[in-house]
Amino acid sequence: MKVLMFGWEFPPHITGGLGTACYGLVKGLAKKNINVIFVVPRLFGGEDNRTAYLLSASDVEINERNFNYEEYWKNIKYYEIGSSLIPYVGPEDFLKLIGKESTVNTHFDEKVFRAKYQFSGKYGESLYAEVSRYALIASVLAKEHAHDVIHAHDWLTYPAGMAAKKASGKPLVVHVHATEFDRSGENINQYVFDIERKGMEAADRVITVSHLTRRYVIERYGIPAEKVFTVHNAVEPVNTDEIHQNKGFPEKLVTFLGRITFQKGPDYFVEAAYKVFKKDPNIRFVMAGSGDMLNRMVRRVAHYRMGHKFQFAGFLKGEEVYRLFNISDVYVMPSVSEPFGISPLEAMRSNVPVIISKQSGVSEVLQYAFKVDFWDVDALADAIYGLTHYDGLSKMFRRYGREEVDNLKWDNSAQHIIDIYNSLNNS
Amino acid sequence: MRAICFYFQVHQPFRLRRYRFFEIGNNHYYFDDFANQSIMRKVAEKCYLPTNQLMYDLIQEYGTRFKIAYSISGTALDQFERYAPDVLESFKRLVNTGCVEILGETYSHSLSALKDKEEFFSQVRLHSEKVERLFGVKPTSFRNTELIYSDHIGQMVYEMGFNGQLTEGAKHILSWKSPNYLYCNALEPRLKLLLKNYQMSDDIAFRFSNRAWTEWPLTTEKYVDWLNAIDSRQEIVNLFMDYETFGEHQWAETGIFEFMRHLPKAVFAKSNYQFITPSEAIDLLDPVAPIHVPYPISWADEERDLTAWLGNDLQDDAFNALYKLLPKVRMTNDPQLYNDWLYLQTSDHFYYMCTKWFSDGDVHKYFNHYDTPYEAYINYMNVLSDFELRLNSLTGSEEITIQVPEKEKSKFKPSIIVQPGTELLYPEDVEVEKPKRKVAKRKLSTKTTKKSQTKKSTTKSKSKKSKG
Repeated sequence: MKVLMFGWEFPPHITGGLGTACYGLVKGLAKKNINVIFVVPRLFGGEDNRTAYLLSASDVEINERNFNYEEYWKNIKYYEIGSSLIPYVGPEDFLKLIGKESTVNTHFDEKVFRAKYQFSGKYGESLYAEVSRYALIASVLAKEHAHDVIHAHDWLTYPAGMAAKKASGKPLVVHVHATEFDRSGENINQYVFDIERKGMEAADRVITVSHLTRRYVIERYGIPAEKVFTVHNAVEPVNTDEIHQNKGFPEKLVTFLGRITFQKGPDYFVEAAYKVFKKDPNIRFVMAGSGDMLNRMVRRVAHYRMGHKFQFAGFLKGEEVYRLFNISDVYVMPSVSEPFGISPLEAMRSNVPVIISKQSGVSEVLQYAFKVDFWDVDALADAIYGLTHYDGLSKMFRRYGREEVDNLKWDNSAQHIIDIYNSLNNS
Repeated sequence: MRAICFYFQVHQPFRLRRYRFFEIGNNHYYFDDFANQSIMRKVAEKCYLPTNQLMYDLIQEYGTRFKIAYSISGTALDQFERYAPDVLESFKRLVNTGCVEILGETYSHSLSALKDKEEFFSQVRLHSEKVERLFGVKPTSFRNTELIYSDHIGQMVYEMGFNGQLTEGAKHILSWKSPNYLYCNALEPRLKLLLKNYQMSDDIAFRFSNRAWTEWPLTTEKYVDWLNAIDSRQEIVNLFMDYETFGEHQWAETGIFEFMRHLPKAVFAKSNYQFITPSEAIDLLDPVAPIHVPYPISWADEERDLTAWLGNDLQDDAFNALYKLLPKVRMTNDPQLYNDWLYLQTSDHFYYMCTKWFSDGDVHKYFNHYDTPYEAYINYMNVLSDFELRLNSLTGSEEITIQVPEKEKSKFKPSIIVQPGTELLYPEDVEVEKPKRKVAKRKLSTKTTKKSQTKKSTTKSKSKKSKG
């Protein structure tokens, strides 16, 4: 089976959980002998064609004003011949990628394709234009490359998915990692909402990352429940033993890590921290990340006069995240709205007990995590106090949490998705 | 006779480097050596060296008729020693002429006068010692950080042995009065006060190069005319400004050096003013009245108050967190730690956290190497956290020892109600229980602090009284 998959970002240049999730999913599918053609915009593949299996959609210059389908067609052909960027990824290649087998004469490795991707798809003026340009190219790619299923991740790629479906007539699966309601609360962007709804309506199957999101899709977008399926995300098993960070202070460390925006509920973390701080000033808090609510959080912390125990670490990249988990004693994700939320799984993988909000999708798959309502600051403070003071509790969470998260494999998620693909071809 | 009293402030802070969260407890070096050195070198070339040369030339030309005063913060002196010994030498040469007075101030250009008398005294002492060691003179007049002054601060300054202090001629303090007289402290009349004439001072320090100013360009003739226009009975014009005015705030291209070079000549030729130092003014002039300053004033911003350094949550949290460590710092005897303690108190760190960008935003931005006050706060608190950890490693974490008895309290004990008069409710024949209660009381009292003990003893005596 061949899948034409449209994404927006891919590690290491990621702005959120989407890239991480796509990466894990593609790996999981490849393990199960599914061919994936993964298309992302703005992949700089020209200078090194070893990144073959990733397709860039933005290397081709198109003069949109004089746009002519025939011309465009030629451009693509030329482009493909010229750059010899063959966008297939065979199962053997992928097997090599994940280190199971190395029989085939492929010449790319994980590092190379990781370094190649350059992300530019930030929400800007030109974003809408990029989305539609992406869709144009998608229709061409759909004719060029034989496939059985089209799979599109999040609204940015839905137009591409729809265009591809029109071109090849193959079934479309859209994957909802977040809805506009998660990103913007109730003040949604109508343009984005419309794209999302059209994409879901046009799709033969809709995959959501949690039951919470599934409910949103059914209730708010009016999508028939029988074609919406939940496939929970998983987490890549990564060896974090090599990463070591010396903890320079004796206090227990309670960590918030994420964008400091309304959606992530940083204010609830600060309020809970203050409640704990009043009870026991020998606990340290850290808020890592950046966002539009950062300054407000700084003022709040200063107002509570706890700046000497509450630090701001700024935006952390790559390995720094694991270094922070390495010295953390509790990880808190008090998200107001979180379709899934991969970061608690990453924390648990690093043996950090987690507290998550009940309003997060990840709470559906975790047993060994404290779950509180995001607005319940007292419960949050209780949980922090308990995990930092009662060793029995934190030990249990650490041990079973690790076990639990190790069982959340992309293989399982991939199998779910394959089942959904199969249901399409059978019908 | 009428007098002009020049005082120039020389100060450089030890700027903090970007200190990251991961470094807390792992890295104990806080200062941005590169920035501190390069800024010091830049200011030395643009301001300190040429201006010192200019002042030296003027003194050579006019002899004892031209006199000025400097206040050089301890951090600036430390930076001279480290990065610009040539500047230090040129200051020594100036002091040796006998026409230059050095004022006393806090070593680290700190706000300690607002917080702790003992710390304030020790920093002033440290500064005086350093000045004496380097220049061979002992400061007799005092200038507090940013000219911060209040009745109370003046009293402390007199207690330290200074007989005069310089401060701002703030409008809201003077109202109809003129700054051009000698005043005295309201609580301690023996402490004389020299008040900055901010109009005449800021004409040079801030407005000199401003082309939008109606009086631009400012010439020495015009300036002397203004000096002459001051009522002839007024005795002294105090021109207080940052030394960096010359060549740094006002670039050489603006003609500021030429202005200064020719000012004495114009003054001597066209007016009856003469130049004197602050301590001479204090000896020569009689105070006309006491000045009441119940709340601290400063020379900063439109408000002339403390809001450039203290007042918003960021500043107050940082300031309180810093001085909460004071008792522990006193317990230690580590020279490196004490040095950091001094440098962390420099007022500039709090200035960077100022959020009032409206009235004096431009001035603030000029002195600030952080993008936002939030960044300044985050960085400072990271450093302070590490400093506290070092302190705790030497003294032990006091907070923990305080908490131990509190935790013990929560152990289960049969409750004893100690309320005045309850003894009267006990029947006379239940004698057996009384010693028990006494024992329990004693146990309780050993675990409470002194305050509650005294409280209890008063309640006891009260109950006894009510018994009687």
